[in-house]
Amino acid sequence: MSAIRELYQQIILDHNKSPRNFRKMENATRKVDGYNPLCGDHYTIFLRMENGVISDISFDGAGCAISKASASVMSSMLKGKSKTEAEALFRDFHRLVTGGADQEESLDRLGKLAAFAGVSEFPARVKCASLAWHTLHAALNSEDTSVSTE
Amino acid sequence: MEISATMSVPEIQQQRVSIAGCRHHFPVLRQWVNGKPLVYFDNAATSQKPQVVIDAMMKYYESENSNIHRGVHYLSERATQAYEGVRVKVKQFINAGHQREIIFVRGTTEGINLVAHSYGRRNLKEGDEVLVSAMEHHSNIVPWQILCEEQRATLRVIPMNDRGELLLDEYERMMGKRTKLVALVHVSNALGTINPVKQMIASAHARGVPVLIDGAQAVPHMKVDVRELDCDFYAFSSHKLFGPTGVGILYGKTHLLEAMPPYQSGGDMIKSVTFEKTLYNDIPYKFEAGTPNIGGGIGLGAAIDYINQIDLNAIAVFEHELLRYATEKVSAIGGVHIIGNAKEKASVLSFVIDGIHPHDIGTILDAEGIAIRTGHHCAQPVMLRFGIPATARASFAFYNTKDEIDALVRGIHKVIEVLG
Repeated sequence: MSAIRELYQQIILDHNKSPRNFRKMENATRKVDGYNPLCGDHYTIFLRMENGVISDISFDGAGCAISKASASVMSSMLKGKSKTEAEALFRDFHRLVTGGADQEESLDRLGKLAAFAGVSEFPARVKCASLAWHTLHAALNSEDTSVSTE
Repeated sequence: MEISATMSVPEIQQQRVSIAGCRHHFPVLRQWVNGKPLVYFDNAATSQKPQVVIDAMMKYYESENSNIHRGVHYLSERATQAYEGVRVKVKQFINAGHQREIIFVRGTTEGINLVAHSYGRRNLKEGDEVLVSAMEHHSNIVPWQILCEEQRATLRVIPMNDRGELLLDEYERMMGKRTKLVALVHVSNALGTINPVKQMIASAHARGVPVLIDGAQAVPHMKVDVRELDCDFYAFSSHKLFGPTGVGILYGKTHLLEAMPPYQSGGDMIKSVTFEKTLYNDIPYKFEAGTPNIGGGIGLGAAIDYINQIDLNAIAVFEHELLRYATEKVSAIGGVHIIGNAKEKASVLSFVIDGIHPHDIGTILDAEGIAIRTGHHCAQPVMLRFGIPATARASFAFYNTKDEIDALVRGIHKVIEVLG
């Protein structure tokens, strides 16, 4: 069970049960849908961008504990971040969940996201953890659209 | 001892020992996964292969490999005899009237596509209707959708109740002058429902409508007799029947197959070719263009020999008891709901747990060495019907045991402990 406990850390269980920023946003400037067709996970990421900075972020949708907690933790960390800062965090997060993270250096920057380190032991779940981030990436780089992790 | 479905309980219990002894015929089951003995409950996705199937394919490649239907040399003769011998075995296995009614395909999906392309395009006109059920696998929906779009025909869906049983009165009402084909799943891969296909085929025939049966999930679990069912087409896959992937069977009645145009074209499906005119081969070869999966066919033949030794009626009785036991134990766990509670079911236990996504269930069970399927099972309309995104599905074969079901129950308790 140790790898399972490592995967489902308290912070992940908490964000799954009580997701933060889990709401539709009326005044969003960007709204993007993300799908994982394999398992039916589906989230919408809402962004409000002001002067190149994320002034508000929220999400809505349904999926597994890993995908929902990932979206929730992501949303809780990005308010006030610039597009460049958000993209840099995505790169660090992606390295973390695919097992390529340099522990010493990046864990600091990752903060709460470090809770997702256990995902790298479960290759089938990397897509769950990164769905919200891929959707965010699309939201930061385009107009309203839809992305898929397949 | 001969085994039949009408045997007394002590006789069946005696036979169970012999079925339980079959487990060691499957080398893949002798492994540990994540520090636990493998519990393989993903049989509806694909079954495991007994040593005799693996050996038969190895022997073919080691000593008989050659192309069929074309060489005068020794090896080609042997390969042709072995491959055509499998056609006879399949004919006997499903009790078809003649081996020309047995077409080798890649699997159930290709069998259905063959009928949709060949029979469907020839016989469907604008305004006609194809009936499918609400519990079809995508492979028995999408080919008909494409066909209906091309022919400007309509796809209609036979509804089901909350237990996962088709509404037969609705079915009777839906059939009319425009109905040109009924395509039905014999056993649902997502719900386990055994549909009353014999009765449904008789109803369709009373109106002159032919019926295709998707038998992918039925053939491994019960004796199928295509002449008793009187189905017009019956498709199934080798790999769910303890044989290799990449080969399957389409059964079709002679008079229908003979009137149908070819599906794919090329070598082996012709009698003569000139640039002006090609004369097609007789059935079944008319539908078997190109070099087939010969090694796979040989493996399917070995799988059928193996199953015949055990007896499918005994397998059905044994698996029914496994399913009964699993249903009782799993449904007793608080917060767990079985999806699909038809009166007649085979081998499939689909379930959801309150507040826990099936993917998380699958990951935690995998850490316990238990392989189940999670997701929509290529039956998204079924998920939509029950208002759920996905299910966790344990599906059984005769090499599974009650001890393994006990492990599943302990695993589900762990899932709830971690995520509940």
